[in-house]
Amino acid sequence: MTTKQLLKVENLKQYFPIKGGFLGRTVNHVKAVDDISFTLNKGETLSVVGESGCGKSTTGRAILRLDEPTEGTVEFDGQDVLGLSKAEMRKMRSDMQIIFQDPYASLNPRKTVRQTLNEAMEIQSVVPKRERNDKIIELMETVGLQKHQIDRFPHEFSGGQRQRIGIARALSVNPKLIICDEAVSALDVSIQAQVLNLLKRLQSEMDLTFLFIAHDLGVVRHISDRIIVMYLGKIVEMGETKSIFENPQHPYTKALLSAIPVPNPKKKSERIFLRGDVPSPIDPPSGCRFHTRCPFATDKCREETPVLEAKDEIYEGKHTVACHYALDIQAGKHEAKYEMTNVRKALNE
Amino acid sequence: MSENILDINDLRTSFFVEGNEIKAVDGVTFQVPKGKTLGIVGESGSGKSISALSILQLIDDPGKIVGGSIRFKDEELTTAKGSRMRNIRGNEISMIFQEPMTSLNPVYTIGQQLREAYKIHQGLGKREGTKRAIEMLELVGIPSPEKRVDQYPYELSGGMRQRVMIAMALACKPELLIADEPTTALDVTIQAQILELIKNLQEEIGMSVVMITHDLGVVAETCDYVAVMYCGKVVEFADIETLFENPRHPYTVGLLNSLPRHDIDQDELVPIKGSVPAPDEMPSGCRFAPRCPHASDICRELPELETQEDGNDVRCWIYTEQWDGEKGVKVYDNETTS
Repeated sequence: MTTKQLLKVENLKQYFPIKGGFLGRTVNHVKAVDDISFTLNKGETLSVVGESGCGKSTTGRAILRLDEPTEGTVEFDGQDVLGLSKAEMRKMRSDMQIIFQDPYASLNPRKTVRQTLNEAMEIQSVVPKRERNDKIIELMETVGLQKHQIDRFPHEFSGGQRQRIGIARALSVNPKLIICDEAVSALDVSIQAQVLNLLKRLQSEMDLTFLFIAHDLGVVRHISDRIIVMYLGKIVEMGETKSIFENPQHPYTKALLSAIPVPNPKKKSERIFLRGDVPSPIDPPSGCRFHTRCPFATDKCREETPVLEAKDEIYEGKHTVACHYALDIQAGKHEAKYEMTNVRKALNE
Repeated sequence: MSENILDINDLRTSFFVEGNEIKAVDGVTFQVPKGKTLGIVGESGSGKSISALSILQLIDDPGKIVGGSIRFKDEELTTAKGSRMRNIRGNEISMIFQEPMTSLNPVYTIGQQLREAYKIHQGLGKREGTKRAIEMLELVGIPSPEKRVDQYPYELSGGMRQRVMIAMALACKPELLIADEPTTALDVTIQAQILELIKNLQEEIGMSVVMITHDLGVVAETCDYVAVMYCGKVVEFADIETLFENPRHPYTVGLLNSLPRHDIDQDELVPIKGSVPAPDEMPSGCRFAPRCPHASDICRELPELETQEDGNDVRCWIYTEQWDGEKGVKVYDNETTS
């Protein structure tokens, strides 16, 4: 089977200027995304995970040019996205849609479902005017809404139903790629499962490609084919879902996975506590950005930025990690500098 | 059986809006054994936070406790005087909230806020208060506490603020700590720190904890007993192992089935159909019946919370003699762990 590349992101950087001082000059930058590259194949689900401020949402927005990226290239279906004019970009967005976290904030409260979906189709002129009504009803059925709800306003729906409207709107223009930015995070678990199943079904029926941005690793394991782990604007690890969960290489990925509470009282896992908090992306640490919290860090980590690369032949280059000592740690040749399983020791360090 | 520090029986708290009564908490019964952790789980609107606020009499107009009893160490709290409640709050029962930024006063330093607690509850002066504050901050793992004590909340990160809240809540070594979604707003690595910290402090002080959360993972890791709430009622009360291994109520089973897991491979999630009914469309019988895969005619009547042979409680017709359908529920398979 040959996989077709749909999206290619290279050396993407997104710096937000900080204005200040007497004349309101740019005094510094928030380096939200700092030089990341990845590709996304047709029909697959690639998830971007990480904690608040790691740049995962910024990545999604930069690809769609909702915020103009500072540097880098984005190629979609062989076309250079960043070089397009405004009008061309608008057209391009019918292929690339986004679903946001808060469905209430992303729907116009004064428009009914019919108006919302109609507007999307009108802007992209994908469906002739007289067929639109049928298409709207078809879309509503696809996402599990009732036909009679067509003239209702967003406030008349529950959170899960609103998210379905958001999905219907994204689907209305027949996209190839959908970026789901924390699309299920605001939902209760029973509703979240409904929406996740819906997304999976739509993907196989409509041959969709997902870039799934999320912080919940349970959701991510369930839906993704491949995973990108980000920390402070950089990719620290990237690989197939199974390989990331069962054989994490980067100390940050390991800590992240060990931190998630397991819904099984009999399974008490050894937890790795990270000291301190995520540093500010304004002046990120030199070298490896994780070194301030990494128990394995050495002088080399403080000076040299590690490259994202495959460390182990077993994964045929499919699992890459940005850590100087990934292999040594795995082999037990490089030991932690302090105890990580005691929370007091880790915090007071 | 160990003695219970908190015994809540048939608690009812309603909100009176435009002539309508909205029953946020509608007959909640649970016990917290001394020194143990009770988890209250449920989805948005299930009444778990309102139950907790009711314990401390923190329900404001238009809300009101309309019935039931809350016994704390054999003292009835629903009829307690305002002055007695002020004494209990912070001294004997403390609470931490979800959003630490809104619970801390932005215009006072951390030290001033901690000192206030010591002054009110223990009559400590400024110098002693500061000394205790620094000790407390160190206890909750805040680096260089002598510097932090003079800082304002905005100068601290989210995780640190929540640790300050914990320091404040534990200032007077309370016997009961109510933690309302204490880690929901935090990243998982910070959540792990906070939960472990609460657990450690609990062992040191010997306090009991009520942990309110929507996260079944947090429950599994921190709680000894669990009350599952749905639409203002407790539908199941069980010890932690039974809840995960042998859940009884179809809602509990539904929750477990719809949970995406990071620790195992799952083919498919089995969601609960439909959504939580609006307060004005509440079914008069079993609240869960419209979404329940097992629902039968009898479910139009409200089942009682009944104790089973293993001492756990469930509110479901399936476990009564009146049930004529298939016995038991489709139980979640927790053993397919990798």
